[in-house]
Amino acid sequence: MSVIIQSLSRNKFYNWVYKNLFSSWVNTIMTIIAVIFVYEIGTFFLNWAIFNADFRTNFQGELITDRTFCSKNISPGEYGACWAIIYARWDQFMYGLYPIEETWRVNITYALLPLAIIGILFDKLPYRKLFIYFTFLFPFIAYFMLYGGPGLSTVGTNKWGGLLVTLFLGVTGIGLAFPLSILLALGRRSKMPIIKSLCVVFIEFIRGVPLITLLFTANVMLPLFLPDGVNPDNLLRALVAVTLFQSAYMAEAIRGGLQAIPKGHIEAADALGLTYWQTTRKIILPQALKIAIPPIVNTCIGLFKDTSLVLIIGLFDLLGIGRAALADMTWTKLYYEVYVFISLVFFIFCFGMSRYSLYLEKKLKTDNS
Amino acid sequence: MTKIKSLFISLLLTLGVSAAIAGSHGSTHDLVKERGKLMCGSNTGLAGFGAPNDAGVWEGIDVDVCRAVAAAVFGDASKVEYVPTTSKVRFTVLQSGEIDMLSRNTTWTLSRDVDLGLEFVGVNYYDGQGFMVSKDLGVSSASELDGASVCIQVGTTTEMNLADFFKANGMSYESVPVETNSEADAAYLAGRCDIYTTDASGLYASRAGYPDPSAHVVLPEIISKEPLGPAVRHGDSEWADIVRWSLNAMIIGEELGINSGNVDEMKGSNNPEVLRLLGVDAGYGAMLGLSDDWAYNILSQVGNYSESFEKHIGPNTPINIQRGLNALYKDGGILYAPPFR
Repeated sequence: MSVIIQSLSRNKFYNWVYKNLFSSWVNTIMTIIAVIFVYEIGTFFLNWAIFNADFRTNFQGELITDRTFCSKNISPGEYGACWAIIYARWDQFMYGLYPIEETWRVNITYALLPLAIIGILFDKLPYRKLFIYFTFLFPFIAYFMLYGGPGLSTVGTNKWGGLLVTLFLGVTGIGLAFPLSILLALGRRSKMPIIKSLCVVFIEFIRGVPLITLLFTANVMLPLFLPDGVNPDNLLRALVAVTLFQSAYMAEAIRGGLQAIPKGHIEAADALGLTYWQTTRKIILPQALKIAIPPIVNTCIGLFKDTSLVLIIGLFDLLGIGRAALADMTWTKLYYEVYVFISLVFFIFCFGMSRYSLYLEKKLKTDNS
Repeated sequence: MTKIKSLFISLLLTLGVSAAIAGSHGSTHDLVKERGKLMCGSNTGLAGFGAPNDAGVWEGIDVDVCRAVAAAVFGDASKVEYVPTTSKVRFTVLQSGEIDMLSRNTTWTLSRDVDLGLEFVGVNYYDGQGFMVSKDLGVSSASELDGASVCIQVGTTTEMNLADFFKANGMSYESVPVETNSEADAAYLAGRCDIYTTDASGLYASRAGYPDPSAHVVLPEIISKEPLGPAVRHGDSEWADIVRWSLNAMIIGEELGINSGNVDEMKGSNNPEVLRLLGVDAGYGAMLGLSDDWAYNILSQVGNYSESFEKHIGPNTPINIQRGLNALYKDGGILYAPPFR
């Protein structure tokens, strides 16, 4: 075997394969097992998800309007997924129970969202300043478009759902938590004992409690503390919990960045007569945030996935709306289709975030060397 | 930190102010009328009882109770805003006043009625823990289940009921613990247990989704009492009366043979109770603070109890539940509404 492979080794590709995959007997066996494993799983999944699957019509060419039309329910064992449930419930997955005739408002918001965050993400963007202005404008536009106002009918947040709630909690939670977390991180490193201890207690308390507990607290306790009849919106309550949770974790990530800055920088700034806020804003934070970006993105990915916990307080996020779809007798028991679809959506967003963090890491490396 | 604190407080305040519309102290009925819609606590999705359909419209027999109340109060069954609640938050959501009534397969028990400050106004579905077995097993009664393995959700009251039942009958069993409904389905279908036990309505709903529903039977024995019904807050009897009689109107409608199809003809009936119910004889709506045609609106827009049952969970639906205990008292069930007079 090795003779054959060596004869091929003139070629660069075969050389690489030989070195990395077949360099020893153990390695060869491992490679073969891995290939068989990936092949089996891969073909099984592809057959199920694509080749043997129903999309809008079944194998008899009929349009699928409920689960009894799915090929796999007509002739069990032969056919794979029945994606018709995703088509039928697409609007609910995207907008929840948002009134159908108003969904264009959500679409516009979805379309504007990338424009609002692109300015923060890429610092060499042309006209970046304009984009940043838009970023600060965006929350107001989004509020107006989604909730309504002069000229637009009001759509209560109890109608929101699906990806809309997931993105709303994820993006707003991260956006609000970011400034909060910087203050917390600075407070924790402050020399003033009361501020410092308050920040420490807050961070450690939030980090010591699961998000589910915070969500319950926000959902159940908040109305009991407030005066009678004052019921903050369900979604806003969840947002408060998510924001506090995220700010504590992000604060710790930023504190890591703060600690990595040599003391000399601060002393030099002091020697130049800069005030605390000048030093912080112009010298400490720019460096600290750069260092902290990978862990910050990490907590953002974690938070984005954690938003699905809101389903236990009765909010229809992407996962909640999927479970509601499964509870409809028209589509019940199509578990795999719904959960695979939901994981795919989550994967797209989380993978995007992690690629961005990789890109940043690479960029920062060249900056520093 | 002061900055953060003031930020947090102002955040809370804005939330509070923006949502302080419901701030007055009136009765629930006035509040509902003022708001123009009924806030009804529903399930987050339970087949046949309450779940949004493909068009996003809520359907189910629990949902129909909400629609009946809206029909009685506004004359329009669609004026309901559904608030999905999980079993963990349902009671606090009701207590805090976010919803006007709760209609989501909730068992009426003493501690909930008394200790939690709720008021159950009636029963719209008599449920109870049952057993499902494969037909191949050839079992026709739960007393033949000695030595069987049982799929059971851990940490529920069903677990205790099961232990009590087997002990009382001098039988033994082997429990196969599962976490969720879907896990139980999978385990049962894979043959990891002979019996699957939970509330009978849940068994029927599970069975409806199996590849071959006719291969499984739900045994006749029901080993616990689970009366499910709508609930309101303690201390507002007028509102409780409206919800109670909205449900009763559906049941009485069935008893008197009035359905959404013949409700207009029935206005010419010579049965005095029918005339009272449909508001031809005036005065009964005013007692509740409603218009005289409130029950007419319920029966024409939502239908009677049997229509609701047949449409959502009856034998012609995939869930396929027989009326059983939920038949009228004169048809062998225990569904019984006080007289309308």
